[in-house]
Amino acid sequence: MTPWSTLLALAGDATGSWLAQLKNLATHPWVVNLVAMAVILGANAAFFAVITLLERKGLGRIQNRPGPNRAGPFGILQPAADGIKMITKEDIVPERADQLVHFLAPLVMLAPITLALAVLPYGPQLVAVNLDAGVLFFFAIGTAGELAAFMAGWSSRNKYSLLGAMRAIAQMISFELPLVLSTLVVIMMTGSMSLVEIVAGQGSAAWGLPGWNIFTPWGLAGFLIFLTAAAAESNRSPFDLPEGESEIIGGFMTEYSGFKYAVFFMAEYFGMFAVSGLGITLFLGGWHAPFPFLEWVPGIFWYVAKLVALVFGFIWIRGTLPRLRADQLMNFSWKFLMPLALLNFATAILWHATAGWQFPGAWLCRWLVCFGIVAGAFTGLGRAMLRRRQVGPRIYRYAS
Amino acid sequence: MLTLNHFLLLSAALFSVGLAGVLARRNAIVVLVGIELMLNAANLNFLAFWRFSKNPEPLAGVMFALFSIAVAAAEAAVGLALVIAIYRHCRTTNLDQVDSLKG
Amino acid sequence: MQLAFTIIALLILAGATAAVALRNLVHCVLCLAVAFVGVAALFLLLGAEFVGLAQIMVYVGAVAILMVFALLLTRNADLPATGPLVSKSWLTGVSIAALVFGCLAIGILASGVGQAAPPSPQLSVRQIGEELMRNYVLPLEVLGVLLTVSMIGAVVIAMTDPKPD
Repeated sequence: MTPWSTLLALAGDATGSWLAQLKNLATHPWVVNLVAMAVILGANAAFFAVITLLERKGLGRIQNRPGPNRAGPFGILQPAADGIKMITKEDIVPERADQLVHFLAPLVMLAPITLALAVLPYGPQLVAVNLDAGVLFFFAIGTAGELAAFMAGWSSRNKYSLLGAMRAIAQMISFELPLVLSTLVVIMMTGSMSLVEIVAGQGSAAWGLPGWNIFTPWGLAGFLIFLTAAAAESNRSPFDLPEGESEIIGGFMTEYSGFKYAVFFMAEYFGMFAVSGLGITLFLGGWHAPFPFLEWVPGIFWYVAKLVALVFGFIWIRGTLPRLRADQLMNFSWKFLMPLALLNFATAILWHATAGWQFPGAWLCRWLVCFGIVAGAFTGLGRAMLRRRQVGPRIYRYAS
Repeated sequence: MLTLNHFLLLSAALFSVGLAGVLARRNAIVVLVGIELMLNAANLNFLAFWRFSKNPEPLAGVMFALFSIAVAAAEAAVGLALVIAIYRHCRTTNLDQVDSLKG
Repeated sequence: MQLAFTIIALLILAGATAAVALRNLVHCVLCLAVAFVGVAALFLLLGAEFVGLAQIMVYVGAVAILMVFALLLTRNADLPATGPLVSKSWLTGVSIAALVFGCLAIGILASGVGQAAPPSPQLSVRQIGEELMRNYVLPLEVLGVLLTVSMIGAVVIAMTDPKPD
């Protein structure tokens, strides 16, 4: 008996109960998880390619130039060309770099973000992991980015890398507070940390308006704070100081090239998708359709539509606003966003406490009062910050 | 089969490693690292006892671990601020050299 | 479960040992972060999801980052490659630690508490929240005060007076 015939016999046995085995296999937890992972990674990687093209095209239009238009018709093959370029580029590691840490940094950056993508509910049944503490998981995972930025910056043995890493960490820590605070309001009002339940709580429509959190005053204020902090968390312009190329070359990515640089780039975009997805889940109703008569469209469509809209908003902002200065950035986070986010709590509590009002127009009245508080504070704080405009050299008191 | 002993032994080992670090190293920051390891070992014990107790006092172990984590964060902040203050004063964080009671 | 425990335990011990034994302090802190993540994984294994995630958030996201900042602010990151690593009485210290481990291990093995786990308790975030707001509300408030005080204290200690020159 040759090995080949043995193999054939085995194959024959296998095909007999092929279908039954396939059914068993397809419902095995490992297989289900692997498929979920493959789908999430593949879909996000494809989306990443589309978004890079959209970003370059969009920025080009904003700056009155055509954008990439050579690779393929209208430049649609540009992401593929970029990918090939990145992979075939030489991977340069500085001689004095800490080799192991330098190698690990991009991985530590990318891996947790892909984990964060797994807990988001993409549709009514499309959630890979429904964690009871989903929001906490999201932020816990996000902290790895700070460590990765430090690893990249420190291991490169380059002044600009280290400066960029310190900027990145300081910025991420500062903006994590308003981000978490604006999220907490939603958790408080929904009464759950599970992302699935938060989406489920935004389903009911009233008076033609969808029941999304953004249509409440605390939700609107929270969403705006969240969006600002999210742009800073994912190092998007106008908060792209950690890699501001006109100031510190490429920040903590200065000494990275080739595929490792591509991994950082990918992690940044994945981070943007993840944090936008969290924003959609928390404030924009997740996969819910805007109107009840559109409920027949699959939830994933609405999710992707909202994601594209948010990401396009980020691209638009990038093309419009100039970069902030480091001290402006810190002031903005600690003296402006933090108090507003804290005040937003009070608004939410007021909104909750006045839920029993019954007289006609009560909803509008509550809305205006609650919104007035936040908007008043916004105006007042903004004016106050503008008045104390700092001229002259800045004194760094705490870092000697 | 995992038993309580596994977790307790691991926690004891973690505590001892932290203790060795605190007692043997000269650098103040490594001493803090050792202290954090010891705190983690204690948290591990709390959760292990909570998980393996027959009729658990509801959530007492979990609560203790949560509070301990929060206190550890405060401790780390103050400890590191002290290290920075000492460095500013003595230009070193070597604990063998910081032995003078008079500034 | 057993396999997961073994892997995580080895990871924790390796990370912890490296964290107190390496010469380069940045490597120490990074290894410490590995040990923290390992402990968090054990918490998840024990069924305490919330505590495990809080552990990652506080220890990896705050304590490790804080240590890294302290390292760079005290210019410890580029240590001299020579010079003694350990203090003068390091042998005593390590012996004491070994002795402590011996005593603890003997105590644990002799105590006979090594029972198997009862069926896994269902621990939801809602339960933790209700417990925090009912039975543990005073400790929670005190903790808030403690954190505020320690934050102010840390700033005051680390602050330098601006020199009028």
